Amino acid sequence: MRIANKLAPVLPLGGAILAAVLLSASTEPTVHVAPMDSVGPRPVEEQTQSSVIRDYLLAWQTMNETLSQNRTDQLDTVFVGKAREKLAETVHEQQSIGIETSYLPKSHDIKVVFYSPEGLSIQLLDEVEYDVDIKKGGQSIGSERVRARYVAVLSPTETRWKVRVLQGGTL
Amino acid sequence: MMARTLFSCAFVISLAGLAAAQPALRFPPSVEAGAAFSVSTAGSGDATLYVVGPGDALAHKVHLGENVAFAADELHNAGHYVAILVAGSSPQSVQFDVVASRKPAAISFLAKPSRLAVNRENGISGVAYIFDVFGNLMLKPEEVSFQLSDATGGAQSRSAASHEGVAWVQMNSAPKAGPAQFKAALDSVHATRVVEQVPGDPCSIRMSARPASGQRVLLQTDPVRDCSGNPVPDGTIVSFTETFQGRQSTVDVPLKRGVAETELPAENGAVISAAAGVVLGNEIRWSGR
Repeated sequence: MRIANKLAPVLPLGGAILAAVLLSASTEPTVHVAPMDSVGPRPVEEQTQSSVIRDYLLAWQTMNETLSQNRTDQLDTVFVGKAREKLAETVHEQQSIGIETSYLPKSHDIKVVFYSPEGLSIQLLDEVEYDVDIKKGGQSIGSERVRARYVAVLSPTETRWKVRVLQGGTL
Repeated sequence: MMARTLFSCAFVISLAGLAAAQPALRFPPSVEAGAAFSVSTAGSGDATLYVVGPGDALAHKVHLGENVAFAADELHNAGHYVAILVAGSSPQSVQFDVVASRKPAAISFLAKPSRLAVNRENGISGVAYIFDVFGNLMLKPEEVSFQLSDATGGAQSRSAASHEGVAWVQMNSAPKAGPAQFKAALDSVHATRVVEQVPGDPCSIRMSARPASGQRVLLQTDPVRDCSGNPVPDGTIVSFTETFQGRQSTVDVPLKRGVAETELPAENGAVISAAAGVVLGNEIRWSGR
């Protein structure tokens, strides 16, 4: 289902807010989330469904801000562990070669595939379409439309779900 | 004549398109994380090759027409990458994957709970995420073996195939109380967690009574055990209740060295019982002996 028009029935708790955010600008990606009824081994509660998707989408937004501005100060809000380390490392590499890279999602097709028995990790697959734009000295030196499949693992923290693994591959 | 002119134009455009489509940059569709590899370029002159992804970003100065070599470990984070060759005003781009290396190097193992009662069916869960040496999640299926070994040498073993980098099992807690080693292993890589298995609730209570000094009766339980024969932990409360002529008095006593002991007034004809949690022990009708 498309979040733009069917978010509320799927994600009742955070859905209205998220839908409003997603609809607030035409450049926002469309988001499709597969039903989580058969995800196991632990059932995904409604509140968890909406917060996991909200925080995962926030992670993409944060990744774009991080890599397009070469700043790491936002990473801790949504990334943890290896995912955080790798993005921080990429920022340093980009700084050393003088580029910034934006990652602007056009669409997400998300399927939660595993929620651990004790509720300490959740894994999702995302067939995502996004634009990559590389800038050097403020000028675009190349851009590419990408369709890829991302695997993400999120863990709960005190305030939100944080991305522990974010790994892309060809669809 | 018109038709022939149109055909000629179409042919020229087609050839031009073919020339433009000639890739100046040839990447393999996927490379293994940390592996050295090289890619060929076409044309002549100088260019800069940028390779970017969320996990790595690098640049190479390139002489077009020559190979570009990537050293071992240069691209080590698995992910989807875009390579852009910048030469003049028309950059060329390709996409490729860096995939996790084939050899597992670490298991992130979550075992829960860290403490539970004995004899709980599927009471212990183990979740193993498999990573390569660079911390990339290994997405291809692997057979992970899980073993839960208790203090008496008893062990349960199960294996589970990983799916998208994660394998999980549920195990029963052992009948005997004590620490258990919970291990997840793949090839030579393993991770171990300790799960403390504690006795369950009391299974039954057996109480005896004998006269004590000062018109009192001394009540004492046999050692209190769970249904698997494990001693119930000290501190577990046993309630002694005496009912006499419609009045009831209760004393709560913690187990000490597995036994609960107290004194109550010795009233001939009183009914005395003992209980812990939902388990009721035997009843004694006190007759002074």
